[in-house]
Amino acid sequence: MNIDLSRRGFLKLAGAGVAATSLGAMGFDAAEAAEAAHVRAFKLATTTETRNICTYCSVACGIIMYSKGDLKAGEHAELIHIEGDADHPTNRGTLCPKGSALKDFVKSETRATQPRYRAAHSSEWQEITWDAAFDKMARALKDDRDQNFIEKNEKGQTVNRWLTTGFLAASGSTNETGWLTYKTVRSMGILAFDNQARV
Amino acid sequence: MTDRAPQPLTAAANPPVQPLESNLLPSDVVRVSATKDVPKPDRQLTEVAKLIDVSKCIGCKACQSACIEWNDTHPTVEENVGVYENPHDLTPDMFTLMRFTEYENPETNELEWLIRKDGCMHCEDPGCLKACPAPGAIVQYSNGIVDFIHENCIGCGYCVTGCPFDIPRISKTDHKSYKCTLCSDRVAMGQGPACAKACPTQCITFGPKEEMKKHAEERIEDLKSRGFEHAGLYDPQGVGGTHVMYVLHHADKPSLYAGLPDEPAISPLVREWKGPAKTVGLAAIGLAAVGAALHGLFGRALEVTEHEEEEAQELVDETTPGAPADKGDA
Repeated sequence: MNIDLSRRGFLKLAGAGVAATSLGAMGFDAAEAAEAAHVRAFKLATTTETRNICTYCSVACGIIMYSKGDLKAGEHAELIHIEGDADHPTNRGTLCPKGSALKDFVKSETRATQPRYRAAHSSEWQEITWDAAFDKMARALKDDRDQNFIEKNEKGQTVNRWLTTGFLAASGSTNETGWLTYKTVRSMGILAFDNQARV
Repeated sequence: MTDRAPQPLTAAANPPVQPLESNLLPSDVVRVSATKDVPKPDRQLTEVAKLIDVSKCIGCKACQSACIEWNDTHPTVEENVGVYENPHDLTPDMFTLMRFTEYENPETNELEWLIRKDGCMHCEDPGCLKACPAPGAIVQYSNGIVDFIHENCIGCGYCVTGCPFDIPRISKTDHKSYKCTLCSDRVAMGQGPACAKACPTQCITFGPKEEMKKHAEERIEDLKSRGFEHAGLYDPQGVGGTHVMYVLHHADKPSLYAGLPDEPAISPLVREWKGPAKTVGLAAIGLAAVGAALHGLFGRALEVTEHEEEEAQELVDETTPGAPADKGDA
């Protein structure tokens, strides 16, 4: 596009521009900001709260998870925020740096969402079903226990020890879960064992 | 009809999920960058403050995590260069940063690990707002929060020069300035900032400024009884006081804490440039405009008289003999 602008016209326009901005600078304008002052929209409005326990350590801090999307209306609920639960007696709303960043833990690309199996000498993981995973674990436990279970010590006293397997169970679980885990593991003779019940 | 959110009293509360009307309104603004004559607000909000008791800080960085999560920023993963700070400096995506100092106290001959949560201090007399040339890009609410309105930001970086604490950072992607908002969106809903809620040792507390000062006094008394005789509150008057205050065990030497300014003040350059220099400059523009107008009114354009035309024609005829008299194209 060609603009037919004479030298004189150009100077006139430039002059008018300078005059206008100078007047503005001197406070003759009603210098309105383009956008009125506002804060960010509150992102938790109309979200669904779900109470839970932080998954990281056995301190078991209370958390509230905020999600958007109504499951009852058949919508997909998307987790948008997690923060400490101020009504929880353990942490009263506070969280450690890991707990504060829990949302990224949930959304992590590397998060394990189903059992995976890496065969011996293989570098590849393959996804398997929970049933297959439980069968594999039961088989491995049974084989190891049959081979290494110590029924009596050298003095002939009954000890029922199984020392070649250790058991690490979830932290942040309830008393009942702790009791069940303890009974299950100890009844098999395992001594190397840790779970929430210790804490 | 939704209810208006209450004014915040503490950070230790669960945010509401029912829709509430914001309690931080455009009419609560008391100062606006590059704008004179801000209408006086019809109400005064309770002044709020965040108190950071550095003696209780364990340097866990939960405040940083909570800040990232609440503000949905995504700082990049950086290289470990052998310092505790992570990231290495405040960035447009990291509004708060734990700064660590190892200090060998010559009086006690002991090593002290001084940790300070750096970030916007929300000055009562904000240097960033004074320096900002973009109308409405920086505002101050009557509760003391200094907030950036990014739609109005032109990314010039004057706020960085204006800030006595070197806090704002300009984004390389959208060329706008970013800093801590004191979680203005949470405060508008009667909540405290995300960092203060997360802090596991309650080193960061939040509430009305007067209450925070009282809380600070208790803490200072406790620190003094433990041998920190110079313990005190950092609420620097050089910037009119701040809405983020520190309890320091060495309040006589704030610069020990990763260079916290001993006596912060708006740079004289900014003060002079935006004060007297601006007036002088505008006066010069005004005088030039008046002069130009007067000249335009009374000045006369040069006119060529008939006599001058004839003389000129004679000169042309003399220098180019034989040329046609009506074509003076020499």
